[in-house]
Parts: sequence; C-alpha cells; structure tokens
Amino acid sequence: MSRRSSAALRVEQAAPLFAALGDETRLALVSRLGSSGPLSITRLTEGANVTRQAVTKHLQVLAGAGLVRDEWRGRERLWVFEAARLAEARRCLDVISSQWDDALSRLKDFVEK
Amino acid sequence: MVAKNTDRIEKQVFLRAPRSRVWRALTQAEEFGSWFGVKLDGKLAPQRSVTGRITSKGYEHLTFELQVQQIDPESYFSYRWHPYAIDPNVDYSKEPTTLVEFRLEEVSGGTQLQLSESGFEQIPLARRAEAFRMNDGGWTEQMKNIERYVAA
Repeated sequence: MSRRSSAALRVEQAAPLFAALGDETRLALVSRLGSSGPLSITRLTEGANVTRQAVTKHLQVLAGAGLVRDEWRGRERLWVFEAARLAEARRCLDVISSQWDDALSRLKDFVEK
Repeated sequence: MVAKNTDRIEKQVFLRAPRSRVWRALTQAEEFGSWFGVKLDGKLAPQRSVTGRITSKGYEHLTFELQVQQIDPESYFSYRWHPYAIDPNVDYSKEPTTLVEFRLEEVSGGTQLQLSESGFEQIPLARRAEAFRMNDGGWTEQMKNIERYVAA
C-alpha cells in the first residue's frame, strides 16, 4: 500500500508539468529551447508573436513547473530547457497508456475466445 | 511533437475475430462492460449519455458517465468521458473531457482496431494523478512500470 501511494504521489508531483505545457506559446518556447539550446529573452522574443513581457511570464510558468531555469553567463541571463522534467511528464502519460494496453488485451481475449 | 506526446494516446491492435464480432464487443453495453470492467446502466447510442459502475473488486462504489458521440456501424465509435472522475462528492460536469475513439478496419484474418484518447492537456491536473488509484486490473503491471520509472 505504501508503495502504491508513493507512486500516486509521484504522479501528482508531475501534474503541474501538464498544465505548463497546455499552452501554444509555452510549447513553442520549450521547443525552441530544446532545439536551439540556452537562449536569452531577446532571442526568445524574436521568434514569438508576443511581447517580451508575455514571454517573460510564460517562462516563469515554465520555470515554476521545473521545465526551464535561468542562468547567468557573464552579463547575460539565459534560459535553459530542463529535459529531465519533460521526460517525467511523458512517463506519466505512459502509465495511462499502459492502462489502455491492459484493456485492449482483455478485449482481445474477449473477442478471440 | 511535444503537444502530441502529452495530449494523446494512440494504440493499434490486431484482433483475430471478424469485424462484426469486434463491433459488438465495443458497442453493446453488456459486452463492452465485460472486458472494460464496468456495468453500464443503459444502451450505447449516438449523442446519449450512459452511466456506469466499475466492477473491479474494491472499486464498485465508483460511477462514471460515457457521453457517446458518434456510432458509424462497424467502422467508428467515439465517446467522451471524465477519465478520472472518481470522487462521488465532486461535480465533474463542468470539467473538460477526453475523447475516446475506436476505428475498425477489416484485414486479412481479422480486424485491425485503432484506439485513441485525446484531450489530456485540458484535464485538471489533480485528476490525472487520481487515475492511477482508480485502475485495478492493470495495477500490478503498472506498478512494475512505475517502479521502473522511479528507479530509472
């Protein structure tokens, strides 16, 4: 039982990731940081159709979910993608996906009988 | 890519059974219930909602509702539901649902079934966590998965 609740807790902790990703602009930011490496707010704003202020807000949401973090390089503040957290979000969906595997395997037994 | 991975689940399975047989298993309430692990209170019909009850041991108090969307005989069946609506004291009716779609195709020797469930990103976060307490039949298997992930 304790194992089970710790697993549930683990999933709960990952939940904010899904919210953070449930927005087009934020997805685009994550995608750019993922493919183009650490970028400054100026660079990130160039590629987005929103203001610098909006980009900053979105980055803060992403940072709150642990998907990105900022770091200083010299006098420049860069935003970095945290791949590990995204992997965690994917794993949660994998678990739901495995529930479907179970259901479909029961269906298979049921119709092939 | 990211959107696809966190919003949608897709499955393909080959069933060694005629399409008409698979279609019955999907769309006749009693048959659906027997493999899905629920007891439905009514028939599955387009644009109708059907309530049901989980039949897995220890989860019999849980009810849910399937909002049937579309039924195209022997080819397409879809419904919406609140996948994690497991607390009898919470009104889920205002919350977003996910869309479950089954597509059937006749192939040599049987039937190809395609399943998708989409809309996860619209679902309130806490619900997703609850989903794991709701499931029973697959728990052993899932625990192994989770343990693997946690250990990784």
